[in-house]
Amino acid sequence: MRGIAVPMDSTSPTATEPSRALVPVLLFAALALAPLLGAFGAERYVLALLTRCAIFAIAALGLDLALGCGGLVSFGHAAFIGIGGYAAGILTANGIDDGILLLFVALAASGLFALATGAISLKTRGVHFIMITLAFGQMAYFVANSLKAYGGDDGLTLANRASFFGHDLLADNRAFYYLSLAMLLAVYLFARAVLRSRFGRVLRGAKENETRMAAIGFNPYPFRLTAYVISGMMAGVAGFLLAEQSEFVSPAFMTWQRSGDLIIMVMLGGMASLDGAILGAVFVVLTEELLSGFTEHWRVIFGPFLVLVVLFARGGLLGILTGRRHG
Amino acid sequence: MAEPLLALDRVTKSFGALRVTDEVSLDISKGELHALIGPNGAGKTSLINQLSGSFASDSGRIVFDGEDVTDLPMHARARRGLVRSFQVTSILPRFTALENVALAAQSRFGSSARFFGNAARESRLNEGAMEALAELGLAERAHRFAGTLSHGEKRRLELAIALALQPKLLLLDEPMAGAGASESEALVGTLSALKGGCTILLVEHDMQAVFALADRISVLVNGGVIATGTPDEVRSDAQVRSAYLGEAG
Amino acid sequence: MSTALLAVQTLNGLQLGVILFLIAAGLTLVFGVMDFINLAHGVQYMLGAYFAVTAYGLTQSFPLALALAIGASLLVGLILEAAIFRHLYGRDHLDQVLATFGIILFLNEAARMTFGANALSLSMPDALSGSLRLMPGLLYPVYRLVVIGAGIGVGVLLYVLVNHTRVGMLVRAGASNAPMVSALGVDIGRLFMIVFGVGAMLAGFAGALVAPIFAVEPNMGDNLLILAFVVIVIGGIGSVRGAFVASLLVGLVDTLGRSFASDVLRGVLSSSAANQAGPALASTLIYVLMAAVLFFKPAGLFPARA
Repeated sequence: MRGIAVPMDSTSPTATEPSRALVPVLLFAALALAPLLGAFGAERYVLALLTRCAIFAIAALGLDLALGCGGLVSFGHAAFIGIGGYAAGILTANGIDDGILLLFVALAASGLFALATGAISLKTRGVHFIMITLAFGQMAYFVANSLKAYGGDDGLTLANRASFFGHDLLADNRAFYYLSLAMLLAVYLFARAVLRSRFGRVLRGAKENETRMAAIGFNPYPFRLTAYVISGMMAGVAGFLLAEQSEFVSPAFMTWQRSGDLIIMVMLGGMASLDGAILGAVFVVLTEELLSGFTEHWRVIFGPFLVLVVLFARGGLLGILTGRRHG
Repeated sequence: MAEPLLALDRVTKSFGALRVTDEVSLDISKGELHALIGPNGAGKTSLINQLSGSFASDSGRIVFDGEDVTDLPMHARARRGLVRSFQVTSILPRFTALENVALAAQSRFGSSARFFGNAARESRLNEGAMEALAELGLAERAHRFAGTLSHGEKRRLELAIALALQPKLLLLDEPMAGAGASESEALVGTLSALKGGCTILLVEHDMQAVFALADRISVLVNGGVIATGTPDEVRSDAQVRSAYLGEAG
Repeated sequence: MSTALLAVQTLNGLQLGVILFLIAAGLTLVFGVMDFINLAHGVQYMLGAYFAVTAYGLTQSFPLALALAIGASLLVGLILEAAIFRHLYGRDHLDQVLATFGIILFLNEAARMTFGANALSLSMPDALSGSLRLMPGLLYPVYRLVVIGAGIGVGVLLYVLVNHTRVGMLVRAGASNAPMVSALGVDIGRLFMIVFGVGAMLAGFAGALVAPIFAVEPNMGDNLLILAFVVIVIGGIGSVRGAFVASLLVGLVDTLGRSFASDVLRGVLSSSAANQAGPALASTLIYVLMAAVLFFKPAGLFPARA
C-alpha cells in the first residue's frame, strides 16, 4: 500500500504532541456530556442517535485496527456486525437473553468467522485481499438472507433487550447509552494498549515494510491473523449492541455498502489513528442524520463530499483539525 | 576441517531463460569473513537472495549450521541466525531508529505475543538496541524517525538492525554502496571489529575493502564460482585475472 | 430435473454470463492497465439502462435508443475520467475505493431523484419479442438469445481489438507492465482515457441491452458490480480472455446453482434440510468458487501479469 498512513504518533516517543494527546480526552468528555442535549427535548431521539454513534465507533475502531494499523483493507467488515447481531437475535428468539452470555456468544461467533475467513484471505495480497474479504462478506449476507427460521431477508425482531444479572438494565435508553460508551472506552483503551505492545509494534512494522520484518525473523501472517480476529470481534460487539438497541437484526446489517460505510468512517477520521476512527464514525452517523433530516436525497450531497475529501483533504478529519497535512 | 557453518550444494536459480546462479557450491567456515566478488550481473545479489530466503532456489541444497534450510522462508532462516542486510536500504521509515533496532531485539527474545505493556519503554529491548546503535555511531540519532536519517546513517542503521539480531552468519549485500569515503572507512573499521565474533559473507565492490578484510574470497562470474581462496591466491589466479579483473579494468 | 429445464437454465446462465462479461471487460482493463479500483463501474451499467429508457421515450426507436445510450455512456465515462479518476491514478487503492464509493452514492441517488425509486422498463422491439422453439418442449425468448449473441459478438470484437490492433497491444502491455509502456514514450494519459471510455461504454451497453428484460432501478448496478469483481478476480486481473471465461463460469454456476442446489442436496440430505441449505449454498456458490480460485491460483485463471 502506498501513501496515506499517518505515523503512529501515540506510540512513538518522539512525536507525542500535547494537542494530539488531548483529542481523545475531549472526544470522550464530549460523548459523556452529550446526553445533556436531551434536556432541550427529544431526549429519546438524542440518546438513540448518540448510541448509534458509540456503536459505530466501536466497529470503526475494530476496522481501524486491521486497516489503519495493519494495512489490511477489509471490505467485508459489516459481516462481523451482522454476526454479532444475529448471535443476539437468534439466542433471544430461543429464550436466552442473559447479556453476558449473548455478548460472549457474539464475540465467539464473530471471532471464529474472522479466524476462518482471515486464515484464507490473508494468503492473498492487495486488491485480492479487498476482493476476497468482500466475497466472504457477501457469503455471510446471503446466508443470513436464507435463514428462514430467523426471518430470512425480512430480519428478526428481538422480543426484549438483554438482561444483566437478572436486571433489565438496558431497558433504560440512558443506561444503554452509557453502557455503549463504556464499551467504546474499553475497546479504545484495549486497542491503544495493543498497538503500543510488542504485538502491535510487529503489526505496524509489517504494514510498513514486510520484507524488513521477515529479514529480522518475523512472519507477519500470525500477527495479521490475530489482529484480524480481534478486529472482527470488535465489530461483533458493535453488532450485538446494534441489535440490542434497535431490537432488530436483518441481513441489511451486513450489506457490502455497510462495509463501505465503515471504511469511510476510518478514512474520514484519518487512518491509523484510533481517535480518528471514533471521530469519523461520529461524523458519518451525525452527518447522515443531519442531511437526511434536510432531504431524503442526502446521498447526493454526501457522495460528492467523499470525492472532495479524497481529492483535497488527504489527512482526514483529524488532519484538518490538527492542521496536519501529508501525502 | 570442521563442519562448515554454511554449505551450498549446486544452488541454481533461473528467471525465464536467464540462469542467474548456476550450480553454485560453496562452504563458509565458522568465524571467517568470506567475500563474494564478481562483475555486475554475476549473480551476487541473487545468491544472497537465495541464501536469505528472499526467493526459493530452483535446485540445489543450502545447509546452515547442520540444518537443511533450502525450503525455509526468510523469517525462519533469520530466526536461525542467518541474517541479511539489503543493498537498497530497507528500514521502517516511520519508526524511530531505536525502534527499528529494538524490533530486532524483540525478534531475538522471541516473545511477541504480548498485547499489553508499552514496547517502546521496555528497557530489556532498548538497552541492546542502544548498544548496537552506539556501536555504529548512531546513539544520538536514536529518537529520530528512521526516514529522516541521511543516506549514510540509514546504511549504518541497516547494519545495526542486523547486528542486534546477534547473527551466526551475516550476509552483507554491498554495505558500502553509496557511502562516501569517510563513511566507507568507518564501515571497514566496524567490520574488522566484528570479524572473528561473527561469521560474515560480504558482497562488496570496493576491492580495497574486500582485500583488506576478507579471510577468503570467492569469485562469481556468470552465475558460477570460478575461484575460491585467500586474497593472495585469488589475486594470482589466472582465470580470475582474465575473467574478472580484465573486465573490471 | 428435466433436460429442457437444464437447457433453459444453461441459456439463462449464459445470458447472465455475457452481461457480466460486458461489465467485467472494462473493469478488468481499468484495473489491470491503471491499477485502479473503480467501484463506480456498476453505476455506468445502471446509467446505460436509464439512458436507453429515456432515449426510447424521445425517439420511440429501439435501435436509436441503444445507440444513444451507448454514446451517452461513453460521454459520462469520459467526463468522470477527466474530472475525477484522472487525479486518482497512482493513489492508494483505499482513496480510489472511497472516491468511487462516493460517486456510487451520488449517481444512484441522482437516478432516484430523476426517475423515481420505482422500477422502469423498456419495451422490447416487436421483431424480437417472440419465442423460438429450440427443441421439443423448449421455447426460449428470441430477445434473450439476441442478448447472448450480442455479448459473444462483443467478446469476439474485443478479442480482435486487444490482440490485433496497436491500441490493443498497448493495452496488453499496460496490463502486464504499465511503467514500462510509459517509459517507452506512449501517451499513457490518452491510453487510460480510451480504456476508460470503452469500459464505460461497454457497461452502458450492457445496461441498455438488459433494460427490456430486467427492472431498471437506481441500485441495479450494485450487485452486478460485486459479481463483476468476482469475475475479474477469478479470471485474472487485466485479462480480457480471463474475464470472458470467468463471466460465463460465474453466470452458469450462479444460475444453475440457484435452480438445482436444493435438488442436488436432496441426494445427500433430508428433504427439509436440503430446502433450507439449498438457497444458502446457491447464493454463496460463486464466492466459494472465488475463494477457492484465489487459494489455489492467487493471480486468477489467466494472469495478465508475468
